[in-house]
This record gives sequence, C-alpha cells and structure tokens, in this order.
Amino acid sequence: MAISDHDIINIALEWKNKGRKVAIATVIQTWGSAPRGVGSKLLIDDLGNFEGSVSGGCVEGAVIGEASDLFKTGKAKILEYGVSNEMAWEVGLACGGTIMIYLAELN
Amino acid sequence: MQRKILEEIILKQGERKSLAHITDTDSGDEFIFTRSSKTSYPELDKEIIDCLRFDRSKRVQIDNKNFFIDVYNPPLKLLIIGAVHIAQHLINFANNLNFECILIDPREGFANKERFADVKIYNNWPDEVLPKLEIDERTAIVTLTHDPKIDDVALDYVLDKSCFYIGSLGSKKTHNARIERLSKKHSKKKLAAIRGPIGLDIGARSPAEIALSIVSQIISELRL
Repeated sequence: MAISDHDIINIALEWKNKGRKVAIATVIQTWGSAPRGVGSKLLIDDLGNFEGSVSGGCVEGAVIGEASDLFKTGKAKILEYGVSNEMAWEVGLACGGTIMIYLAELN
Repeated sequence: MQRKILEEIILKQGERKSLAHITDTDSGDEFIFTRSSKTSYPELDKEIIDCLRFDRSKRVQIDNKNFFIDVYNPPLKLLIIGAVHIAQHLINFANNLNFECILIDPREGFANKERFADVKIYNNWPDEVLPKLEIDERTAIVTLTHDPKIDDVALDYVLDKSCFYIGSLGSKKTHNARIERLSKKHSKKKLAAIRGPIGLDIGARSPAEIALSIVSQIISELRL
C-alpha cells in the first residue's frame, strides 16, 4: 500500500530506532503550481533509503543529496526549487511552480 | 526534529488528538501546540488555531521570526451503513485515502470478516452504535442499504451532528420518500445536506464505479 503522510512519522521513528541517521524534508511553502502541498514529507536515511515525497519526483534526488550533507554537518537548512533556479535543468519543477523545503535531522 | 517531539506527535495521533508542530526555521527551536496551548505571540496562536481548523500547514512570519506550523489532525472518519457490494469497493478507496472506516450493519450475513477484512465492523443497529462513536466535522457518513429500517435511523442521528458529508444511496424516488419521512423530525435546510442520489455524476455503473463516484463526492465536499 502507498505510504501516507500519517505513516511517514511512524517510519521516521522506526528507522531512528534501528540506529540509522534520519532526515525529514518538509514542504513549508509553495508558489504557483506545486505537486505536493505544504506539510508533505520526504524521509531519508543514511543508508540511502527514502519514503514519501516533496514533489512529483522532480526534486527528490536533489533533496536526498542535501540530506547526505546534513548527516555530516547536522545543520538544518532551507532549500528552494523552482523554474527560476539556476539548476532548473537538473532539478527544476516541470509544473512551473516553486517550493520551499525545510530539511532537518531527527535527533 | 527532536525524537521526543516525534514520539509525542505519534502518541497524540494514536489518541486522535489535533496538534500542530511548530518550528522556528531559523533557530531550529520547536514545540507542540494543542488546542489549549498558548505561545508568547498572540498572533501566532491565532494562526495556529486557524491552521488546525482548516487542516492546513503553513509558514508564517511574526515579529521577524519564521515559523512553520505543521498540522497533525486525526484521520478523517468514514461511517458506512450497509455491508453491501458497493461498500467493499468504497472501503478499498477510503482506506487508500487514509480514512478510518467503520462499517455498521446488523445483518451478520452481510457484515462479517469474510466479506470485509480491512475494516472495523459493528453488527448492531445504527442507533445502538452511533452514540458511542465520536462524530465530528472530520466525519463522513454514507448509507447504502436503502432499507429505511436501517438507513433512516442512522440519518436521523447524524443530522444533528456536524458531519462534513452525508450521502444516501437510492434513486430520486427513494430519496424523495426518504426526505419526506425524515422531514417529520428535521428541517428542510438540514435535510438538504444529504447527498442523494449519492455520488458525483460520472455515469457510474458497476459497484466499483459507484464507490468511486461516492468517494470523489466526499473529497470534493471536503476540499472545494
């Protein structure tokens, strides 16, 4: 069965209890057309597993990359993706919207 | 996010309590807000209470601080009266949409674990069970038996509650007769809230298609 946002936090705790490092990426604001609403979550662990989503699959790869930096620094950060982003070719949103994501580690 | 905050969210969700998780996205400070909580910013309190009410997470700027209000409301509830064929499909759709489904039908031949594996079943009359359940503005109810003995008692009870959706299966003729019977106790305005014939008009034929039209109508009532 597909994972709901309600299940995501349970999975986060489950992963943490297994001794993994866990990052939670949350959509905190959207502009224009965005595939996932504010509050949507993507969960990433230090083994490369992920669950949930923050877009229709457009920026998940980039966020997973950011998470591996986060595991090194431990410092939460805000990420922004949109068509105006200079990396649009790689991680821009095809729908033309912009999303802001808060990425933090579960401590 | 701190582990103890996450554990508290999971615990409160299990208890079907509404809460918001607030993060200061500049400092990383965070806390849990429930309906009785207060922060040192009245403006923030008001924003959070609105977010809880409208089931909407939001980023706000108050006093030069950036807060993210993340809402965790209990799952929506779907009460299904009548363990008929359509109910089997309806429960599949609703489970996928993360509704907490409850099936009520006094007829054990209809409502049993053989026919319905993934739902909580009550083999009682609706007026015996409904008063024991929490029915609020996050609850939808669908009556599917089109037997007045079962459907009417359920409708009679929930019309005085604050469900966001009430739908009843049956033709226009059946529905008119139903409204006629219920109008002895309920106002026209209240009765107008009952969606009947049930479902969005998508030309549904099979039980699965009818279930799809019902679940679509429930979502449209919730979101539009």
